[in-house]
Amino acid sequence: MACMTNATSSRDSGLGYSDLPRLMTLMTGDEKHSFSATSTLDVLWVLYSQVLNIDPNNPEDPARDRFLLSKGHGPMAYYAVLAAKGFIPVEALPTFAQYDSILGKHPDSLLIPGVEIGSGSLGHGLPIATGMANGLKARGSESQVFCMVGDAESNEGSGHEAIAMAGRLKLSNLTAIVIDNRSDATGWPGGIASRFAVEGWSTADVDGRDHGAIQEALVIPHSDQPHVVVALVEPKA
Amino acid sequence: MPTMRERFTAVTSELLDSDPNVALILAAIGVAQFKDTGVVDRHPNRVINVGIREQLQMGFAAGMAKEGFRPIAHSYAPFLVERPWEQIRLDFGHQGVSGILVSIGATYDEADWGRTHQAPEDVQLLAMLPDWRIHVPGHPDEVEAQLRAGVADDTNVYIRLSTQTNDRAYLAGGPGFSTIRTGSGDAPTVVAVGPMLDVVANATADLDLTLLYANTIRPFDGELLCSVLQAPEVVLVEPYLEGTSTAEVSGLLQATPHRVLSLGTSQQENRHYGTAAEHFAAHGLDEAGIRSSITEFLAQRVPA
Repeated sequence: MACMTNATSSRDSGLGYSDLPRLMTLMTGDEKHSFSATSTLDVLWVLYSQVLNIDPNNPEDPARDRFLLSKGHGPMAYYAVLAAKGFIPVEALPTFAQYDSILGKHPDSLLIPGVEIGSGSLGHGLPIATGMANGLKARGSESQVFCMVGDAESNEGSGHEAIAMAGRLKLSNLTAIVIDNRSDATGWPGGIASRFAVEGWSTADVDGRDHGAIQEALVIPHSDQPHVVVALVEPKA
Repeated sequence: MPTMRERFTAVTSELLDSDPNVALILAAIGVAQFKDTGVVDRHPNRVINVGIREQLQMGFAAGMAKEGFRPIAHSYAPFLVERPWEQIRLDFGHQGVSGILVSIGATYDEADWGRTHQAPEDVQLLAMLPDWRIHVPGHPDEVEAQLRAGVADDTNVYIRLSTQTNDRAYLAGGPGFSTIRTGSGDAPTVVAVGPMLDVVANATADLDLTLLYANTIRPFDGELLCSVLQAPEVVLVEPYLEGTSTAEVSGLLQATPHRVLSLGTSQQENRHYGTAAEHFAAHGLDEAGIRSSITEFLAQRVPA
């Protein structure tokens, strides 16, 4: 079961949710942020503040929870949260996308402390998360695996392969979060949750800006089945 | 003698029983064989059949690797390598984890099933990726040695099982090439890869040349090749796409005027069923074709 403590430590920057827009501005140079970045912002904040058991001082701790950002597009919100929580220095943010920066337009797990996977090509995160969840289960670990995907990313067949398999394996240590900004040209209301449900997942739909609702949805007990939280945000402009 | 696949099944099952970090990720292919050895029932968390989902097979195996397991993924070559190539490139290489891929259905082993099950391109695809160890065994004993070494290692490994075999195994000297015979003063050097060795040896028995055997084609054993090279003339005989290793030889000899003959299957689809032997003959990879190509190559020598 995921630890309910903050992902904070002595390295915590002391920065809060209200600081995130400013941190993102350090990367973009203005106050405009791509929608793919801001759509994830509130769920990321709740995950790192209230759900994930991850210590920025020990990001490789085998007992940590795993968070995989499969939706690697627009990672500014991710980087801002990682900076606020002490995984990366705030000073790294203005180097965004520069040649020697650790922060690219898609994250690289070998460059950034605490980042589980490099992503950007859609449809890779959930299959890897499924293997990690199975590996943790085989080890008898209590760690949880969380994987964030986009609603349009859910078009990828590889994601569906993972949804089906995770259901068959009853991976109760796996939670998927789908950020639904209705960018899927072929999406339909209720379609995302129903695709997971038919494969044996428990499901929850939440307002992707409501921190209390997000937190509650992420920790719903789901023994013997994986869990998906569909977080609805404003439509992509 | 057991087939390469039978040896792979037996050794993998033994490794699963003895090493709690070994995992086997299947995509429907091979499940029956591993049920017979009992490992499917004995290790339900480490022997996983993901169904006919090869993209997931790679991502899942990489996920297991991220949790400290040494995953072995097994299927037919086109489905194991071609279909999920992006997953192999990103989920293993880019994520900094590694695994072992073991294929069956090499090149034209399953020729009668048509183009969908013919796989002459797999080695070239994997050779494009950095730091893969690519084995092309010619004998079941070589499969066992390569598999055990791969499990004990932490690099990405590909083992290409085939129904085509040589009469004997060459195990000495680790993953490098083996010297089969040495020619005289200005003899060319022929590198026969995997199951091509016996065919090449028979085709060239009366020709003056140095014959090397390669059951590991990446890394390419340039050290041995350079050490035995007499004339700067090299013939590669690979049981898959022609030219797969040409650049390796050209890179070694870039400072020397040289000639390279690359024999392998052509890019053109040979739209026939039949047997592997028939397809190899059609691509000039039977004894007569190899002999003809090499003698023609030698006849084109420019006198010193």
